[in-house]
Amino acid sequence: MSALGRWLSIAALVLLLVGCGAPTQAPAIQTQPPAEQTRAPAPTKAALPTLTPEPTPIPPGSIQINGAGASFPFPLYSRWFYEYAFIDPTVKFNYQSIGSGGGIKQITARTVDFGASDAILTEEQFAAAPGILMLPTVAGAVVPVYNVSELKEAEPLVLDASTLSQIFLGKITRWNDPAIAALNPNLPLPAKEILVVHRSDGSGTTFIFTDYLSAVSDEWRNTVGKGTSVEWPVGLGGKGNEGVAGVVSQNDGAIGYVELAYAKQNKLSIARLVNAAGNIVQASIETTQNAMADYGDEMPGILARSIVNAPGKDSWPIAGYTYLLIYMDQSDCAKGKKLVQFLRWALTEGSTYAEHLEYVPLPENVRQQVFARLDQVTCNGAPLR
Amino acid sequence: MGSQMVHKRVPAFRVLGRVLHHGDRPFQALMVLACLATVGLVATIGWALWRNSALSRAAFGWHFVVTSRWDPALDRTFGALPFLQGTLITSVVALLVSVPISLGVGIFLSEVAPEWLRRPIGFLVELLAAVPSVVYGLWGLFAFIPSFVKPLANFLNRTLGFLPLFEGPTFGPSRLAASLVLAIMVSPTIAAVSRDVFQAIPDAQREASLALGATQWETISRVLIPYGLPGLLGAVILGLGRALGETIAVTMVVGNNLDLSISLLHPGYTMASIIANEFAEATDELHLHALIEIGLILFLLTLIINSIARLLVWGVGRRTMREREG
Repeated sequence: MSALGRWLSIAALVLLLVGCGAPTQAPAIQTQPPAEQTRAPAPTKAALPTLTPEPTPIPPGSIQINGAGASFPFPLYSRWFYEYAFIDPTVKFNYQSIGSGGGIKQITARTVDFGASDAILTEEQFAAAPGILMLPTVAGAVVPVYNVSELKEAEPLVLDASTLSQIFLGKITRWNDPAIAALNPNLPLPAKEILVVHRSDGSGTTFIFTDYLSAVSDEWRNTVGKGTSVEWPVGLGGKGNEGVAGVVSQNDGAIGYVELAYAKQNKLSIARLVNAAGNIVQASIETTQNAMADYGDEMPGILARSIVNAPGKDSWPIAGYTYLLIYMDQSDCAKGKKLVQFLRWALTEGSTYAEHLEYVPLPENVRQQVFARLDQVTCNGAPLR
Repeated sequence: MGSQMVHKRVPAFRVLGRVLHHGDRPFQALMVLACLATVGLVATIGWALWRNSALSRAAFGWHFVVTSRWDPALDRTFGALPFLQGTLITSVVALLVSVPISLGVGIFLSEVAPEWLRRPIGFLVELLAAVPSVVYGLWGLFAFIPSFVKPLANFLNRTLGFLPLFEGPTFGPSRLAASLVLAIMVSPTIAAVSRDVFQAIPDAQREASLALGATQWETISRVLIPYGLPGLLGAVILGLGRALGETIAVTMVVGNNLDLSISLLHPGYTMASIIANEFAEATDELHLHALIEIGLILFLLTLIINSIARLLVWGVGRRTMREREG
């Protein structure tokens, strides 16, 4: 017994010593430069003692800008931050895609330098964070995808606002419903039951989709409404784009909605839609940008608005902006300046990366408004720089 | 002991040296600290969940656990019944499927398998327990459901469809899919622990039974299982704990639908799933509080089930002890 006790106490002491020893080793690890900095124009001279005092350059990665929020634009933002490190190595971005809700909370509490949200802030949220700006960065298109074995080889299905909402309300239950047949006279529509698939996780994609259905259907607006998650009248929930796509592709007769990029990359059958102008449109970067441009001159003071059901003759009707949230008056001048510089870069040169990843860059009229807003950003009341 | 040392007026470093050399005191203090930290952690979690669900508790009271509407968008009405039901159904079915299989694996590895086979198979079983749950989820969604669950569901629906338990229609993602994936996930835990339980049973028990003319089956069923029952129950509880709280894998295969039927073939929803699904993008305070209240219920449910199971183990343990002595 006492021998056992002694061994255990020795073990405990060893653990304690190891625990105490750890911090002393930490600085040794830190002397190795982080991997990202190796490609920067390395100011290694600054480390050597020189007699002539030069204006010391800002060491790489010394300005850390933290952000948090929406997961929808996360692939694009992380690409932007990666590429921007080659352009301005002094600034290092750290973005956590914790969801729009978390992003709004954190920027309201000022625990991050910028937030990101797919949803437009409510009046209460604006009131809780006075002086906050919503800056659209890109938009995303949402597309209905379907899997009907009889239609595999045929031309893409056409749906209009009322059939789509009726399907998702559970009122149209078979593929050969007269409403669908009238829109697709040339398709061999089967009498199969329609299986509706929706996102189960709260997401900006769902917000955009339900925003559209609310805009085009009174019944949807009054019985279901719009939000990042809603009470679906019918259907199965899949987690994430991959969950929806998985259930759709495994069930003959299923229809769901996913982001345009995901549908294209996975070669899902994408339905065409009859838009507000009465034309049949196909989802693409161009048609989504048309929708943004349609509303571009009607942006309200907060630079945020819904762009579903756009009136243009060649506009894709189911789309939405994603926003960056920053304070009009920055408290840290160095960070504020770098953040604004980055945003200007992201909206100009960065837009090529957006298109690579199937995000839709801002049309010119919206972009100019964002630039004008960036010009007004101040630091502790004084203009930046 | 400490006061004795002060009376003798030994230098402080000697006291320290003696205390450290002796080891009992610091060890005891360390262990008490570790123990208190655990208790404190449980209490803090409970308190945080309670405090952060205040809005929802005030708005819905007891109705929260007996109503089934979950509408975060329009009416902001929340009820947890479908999730409560889904968690219980999937966990229980998972255990029903998994316990016989994993006990069998445990018995096989400990009693039946030839020596050279025990190690590799035991290793494989333990490897199954180390597979991350998101991998189970992806595998379930893209391989297991289309190749196994859907045909099984169709078959059950065709043959036993008159029972409410096997009502159609069948889609794939369902309570059945979640239960089966859970069963696979909890099996390694139950199998590994029950194998250890069987191996810990003294050989004298086996020899005595065989000497009395019992077959191997009789030895296992009448001697070894009763002897190891408390340990086996413990193994099942470990499995149940994992089944109740499993989140990502279940979310990916359960269908996420507020269906209140008891059909295993219908899509369902679980408490862990709704939190995983909606917490990140919940911007509305009441919605957040409702989700946290679900967390609170899940926390309490786990505590209650574990306490009941613990009592069961104690009861069985005492009975076996009495039988052994008597």
